[in-house]
Formats: sequence, C-alpha cells, structure tokens
Amino acid sequence: MKIAVCIKQVPGTMQVDIDPDTGVLQRAGISAKMNPYDLYALETALRLKQQVGAHVTAITMGPPQAQAIIKEAYMMGADEGVILSDTRFAGADVLATSYTLAGGLSKLGGFDLIICGKQTTDGDTAQVGPAIAEHLNIPHVAWVKTIEHMEEKSIVVEQNMEDSLEVVRMSYPCLISVEKDIYTPRLPSYLNKKKTRNKQISVLTLDDLSDQSEENYGLSGSPTQVERVFSPQPRDDHTTWDCEQVDGAELLYDLLATEKFI
Amino acid sequence: MPYNKVAEQDIDYLRSIADRAFIGADIHEDFSHDEMTIYGVHMPEIVVEVKSTEQVSAVLKYANERGIPVTPRGSGTGLCGGAVALYGGILLSLAQMDNIIEFDNDNFCVTLQPGVLLMTLAEQSIAHDMMYPPEPGEKSATIGGNVMTNAGGMRAIKYGVTRDYVLGLTAVLPNGNVITLGGKVVKNSSGYSLIDLLVGSEGTLAVVTELTLKLIPLPGVSLSLLVPFDSLSKSFNAVPKILQSRTNPTAVEFMQREVIEAAEQYLGLHFPDKSAPAYLLLTFDGNTRTELDTTIDKVAEICLSCGANDVFISDTQERQESIWKARGAFLEAIKTSTTDMDECDVVVPRTKLASFMELVDTLETSHGLRLRSFGHAGDGNLHIYLCKDGLSESEWEKRCAAVMDSLYISSAQMGGQISGEHGVGHAKSHYLAESLGDDAIALMRGIKHTFDPKNILNPGKVC
Repeated sequence: MKIAVCIKQVPGTMQVDIDPDTGVLQRAGISAKMNPYDLYALETALRLKQQVGAHVTAITMGPPQAQAIIKEAYMMGADEGVILSDTRFAGADVLATSYTLAGGLSKLGGFDLIICGKQTTDGDTAQVGPAIAEHLNIPHVAWVKTIEHMEEKSIVVEQNMEDSLEVVRMSYPCLISVEKDIYTPRLPSYLNKKKTRNKQISVLTLDDLSDQSEENYGLSGSPTQVERVFSPQPRDDHTTWDCEQVDGAELLYDLLATEKFI
Repeated sequence: MPYNKVAEQDIDYLRSIADRAFIGADIHEDFSHDEMTIYGVHMPEIVVEVKSTEQVSAVLKYANERGIPVTPRGSGTGLCGGAVALYGGILLSLAQMDNIIEFDNDNFCVTLQPGVLLMTLAEQSIAHDMMYPPEPGEKSATIGGNVMTNAGGMRAIKYGVTRDYVLGLTAVLPNGNVITLGGKVVKNSSGYSLIDLLVGSEGTLAVVTELTLKLIPLPGVSLSLLVPFDSLSKSFNAVPKILQSRTNPTAVEFMQREVIEAAEQYLGLHFPDKSAPAYLLLTFDGNTRTELDTTIDKVAEICLSCGANDVFISDTQERQESIWKARGAFLEAIKTSTTDMDECDVVVPRTKLASFMELVDTLETSHGLRLRSFGHAGDGNLHIYLCKDGLSESEWEKRCAAVMDSLYISSAQMGGQISGEHGVGHAKSHYLAESLGDDAIALMRGIKHTFDPKNILNPGKVC
C-alpha cells in the first residue's frame, strides 16, 4: 500500500502580520512548525503502516525552508518526502494549492490512500483535502474520526457529521481528511533524526507538473480575493436551565448525547 | 489550648471590618480541609475574606487581643494541612487579594497581592515578556501559599525555588503591626533576613499581604525531551551525566508508566509514548532554536549511551501540552485511582535517588501497600503516594504508618529532609521534630514566640 500525507508548514505563533494589499500572511522572520492538524494525518498513516504495512510519503508545498517539516516527518517515521517548491506557486489560495498538490501527487503516482489534516491553523479553510480529491477525481471523506478497518480494495472509516456518525466504505484510491485526536501524534525521534540526517527530499517545480500553464498556479491561479482578515470574537455560548421547572439531569444527558460527549 | 470561641460581638466586629464573613452553615465545606482530607477535617468558626493590608491588620489586632486563633489561607491546595483551622477560630481567606499591582520591566520584578494564582502570575509575566521561574505543579495555588511553603517545582534545578524570587514583602504581625521588608533591590545585606524567615513559615509568623518578586527575561525558546528507559535505575544513571554536561536543563523529571496510565485515564487523553516502563522528562530553554538543537544532540547522545531506548523531541506548544498536561495531573490522577492516600515529599541527595526508589519498591512488596511515585530527578525531591485501595481502615493505618516511618528514617539516613517543597503543616510536624532534634525545634519555637507570643497565628503547625 502507498500512502501520501499532505502536510504544511505554518507559523509557529498566532501573532502573524498580514499583507494589507494581498491578504497573504507575512511569514518572513517568524518561527514555523508543521501544521498541528497534519500531525494527526501523519500519525494515521504511520499507524496504518504498522498495522498493514505501507510506504508513507509526506508531501508539502512551500518555500525551500518548508523542507524542515519533511525532515520532521522523517523523524516521525515517514519513508519518503517531497516538496513542491517554486516561486510561481507562491500566494496560492485553496484552489491553486489543491491544484498544485494534486499535480504533484499525480506526478508521483500510485497512491492508494491520501491523508490530509482537517484544516490548517493559518488558512483554516478545511477545503484543501477535499479539493485535491476533486482535482484527482477520486472519492473522499472528510472529518474522519476513526479508521474502522482496511480491506484489500477499500477502507472503512467513521465520519463525524454534525449530528451523526456515518460509517463509510471507500475504494482505493481515495482521500480522507482526519479529525484532531484520531490518534495522539508520536513525538519526533532522535534516533530517526540521526538515521535520516542525509535522507533525500525530492523537489518538484512547475516544470515537473503536467499542466505547465503558469496562470493556474500561485497568486495568479487564485480567484480568492481577501476582503478583510480579522480575529473572530470569542464565543460565549451557553445555556441556562431552570431545574425547578424541568428535569435537569435529563436535559444535560440529552445535550451531552447530542454533542457526542457520551 | 485556651483559645476564646468566636462570639456574637466578634462576628459583628469582624463583619464591620472585612468585606465578607461567613459563619455556621454558610461556610463552604472546602474551608475545613486542604487537598489531603486524610489529615483531618476542621471547620473554622468564621471565614473572613479580606482585601487589604488594613483589613488584615485589623483582624489580627482584634484576634490577638481576644485570643482567637487565626488561620491564613489561599486556595487551600496545600498537602500537609497547613491552611486548616485546627483550633477553629478565624479562617482568614486571602484569595480575594488577587491584584497584580505592577510589572516593572526595568527592575525585572512584579508587585502583587498574595491571592494571585500561580497560573495568572505565569501568564501575565509572559505577556510582559518576562518569566516567573518557579513552576510548582499546582497552578491554581496562590502565590502567597507558594511563598509560605517555599514551593519548589520543576524548574528548581536551574532557577531555584520560590525563596530565591522574593525581593520584598509587606506583612502583618500577629499584633496587627505592619512591616515592610526588602524591595525592588537585587542585593540586600541589611541585617537578619526576615524575608527568608517568613518564606516557608507556613503562615505561623505573620500574614503576607504584598509581595515583590524577581522576574527574569523570557527565554526565547523552550522544549522538552521525553526519554524512555527499560528501568528507573537506568534512567537515574543518566541524570548525573546530564547535569555534568553543561547543558543546564530547567527540569529533570522522572515518571513511570503506571502513573502515566493513571493520568491518561484521569484526563481521558493519550500520552504520546508508553513504550517503556520508565521515563525522564527533560526541559531546556534558551534564546534560539539553533542553540537548543546543539543541546538536544548532546543530551540525546548522553541518554543513549546510558541505555535510553530513544529520545523524543517535544518542540511545539501542542507537543508540550500532550506531555505536560499529563505530568501536571499526576497527583490528581493517583488520588482518583484510590480510595484514600497519604503522601511523602522527601528530598534526598541526588546520588541517593536510585537507592531510595529501590527502597520504595521493597516497601511496596513487603507491606502490601500500593505505592506510586514521581518527582524531580534533577533535585532529589520525590513524591511518593501511599494508596489505600481496598484495605480496611485499621490495616491501612497500620501499613501506612509503617511505610511512612521507613521512608522518613531512610531519608534521614541518606542525608535527606522530610519535605522538599510541600511543607510541614500539622501532618508532618512530628516527623520534623524527629528529624531536626530538640535544639533546632527549640530555636524554631523561640522564633515563633517572638513573632506571636499569644500563639494565635496558625497554631499547631510546623513546630
């Protein structure tokens, strides 16, 4: 089995300035890390590797310094790493990013399963995973909270819908984006760091992809216009029950059940 | 002890000077104990909430004149019964004195009231680009309580303990007089260090109402290494080598799989690694990641040469949380795993740590009592928890006493002390007396008498 995991380098802090003209994050000079949600995707792949045997490729799109997260993926146990890096990819929105990643995945070829994190901590759209699958014309399931089991030609997963859980069987090749906490991500290993110190990271540029039209990539391939970027207001949703009038325990039980805590 | 009971006129007077005062059924049950109900439950006659030095002064002056005992209290998170009103009387709650008065970035200090929570101080210091280095595990403790027990915590090995950060304070003596000691000064050779006498005095000498604490510039980067070993003894063998390596760790903690699993169950989350029976958890801080990368390589090689199975790197907020959240819940997790428990907070020379933990293993088997431990491998401070589980009350008391005696006797023989950071309270005072001997205890009692001749302030504690 061949598994690809899409990962992204994001700012290591929430204090990031935004370019007032383009709405693009100004990443220069700030610390960076692997998108925390992608750690769950990578962990899922590594668990499947342990359970059924698989070759795990970590793939990212970003500037050359994003190689750091590929090295980190090696330290966690990934077998191969690829970076899509080209100045012509810069400033990409969901459409251009997913198109570029899909192009890279097609170029590499042969993946049975592609795993993405739920979303990133910088873009927060949660759309890149499903969009990759659409570009590749393969089935996909988002919000996967459990891998039920792997079969020879398909995977069975549990999908966390707003108000229900749905069990889905999907044929390979397919894509899943996994929920936070599907597994606890392992920590990077120093022994793996030593072992993979000189391990190669493949670099793909636009010249390697089948679609060579520059206008489909980067800022020029991004129809998204950022009108305004702002921090959302903290939510203070709460419910108050007058338990002299109603059965509080029952209400609480129903609410916990609805929210799937029990 | 011949104390007066709190009468109607006392209640009226105390209500006239304090913000709030509760009596009888209005007193919350929490005020009758700290985290360790095993040491007894004692209801105060009145709980007085104060908000200012003046109010504290008025309460103490009145209580001193009337011969009513006063027990100062912060969050009540102590582990030795130090903030429990053994003789009833007034429980003086300082929890509402929770204002941070000033962060002084030029003098690297903060001035605050004693009821500020440790977690608030830590967060606010970071927001001001500084750090309050002591890091006791109980973040909901008040800073006043920390000062009164000279709380230590996980960063003691690099940064020292609470005592090392108290630059100045305002305190109210039992007769109601107010004294101010120290200040925003780095050095102080001005007579006997009364500050040092008050730090760790567990509310028996005076009531601290304002503190000036030293802060340091906030380190740019901090990360942890989680190091799995096949045995605890192997992990202890690595500790001196790590400490000698000039890498200057901020924390060197040890933990065992059983305690990690208890924390997982308690918190409902999964620890990132459970492959080994024993772990060291090391933390380092510095200005840049590049600087720390050199440290990681050096320390990791030392650990591997001492038989570590691997060295895991925790270098992001999420990873740190996945480890430290569990580490922070160890005490509560063990507490929840059993029907009742007792605790031993000995500190031994670091070189004796392995021998002491071997003794703990032996005692667990020979007395048939489940023991769970974790602690600070870097400074020799151990937390050993004796779990009652399904034992009958009489059997529990018998085994518990026997194990406790063995632990304290062995600690003394190894050159240790009875408390590393939790204090003495009333629960450990007999062990303190045995440990220090008559002369030292007589000196302590003399000091107590000088401060508090009528013995109204937190009576029955320490000595």
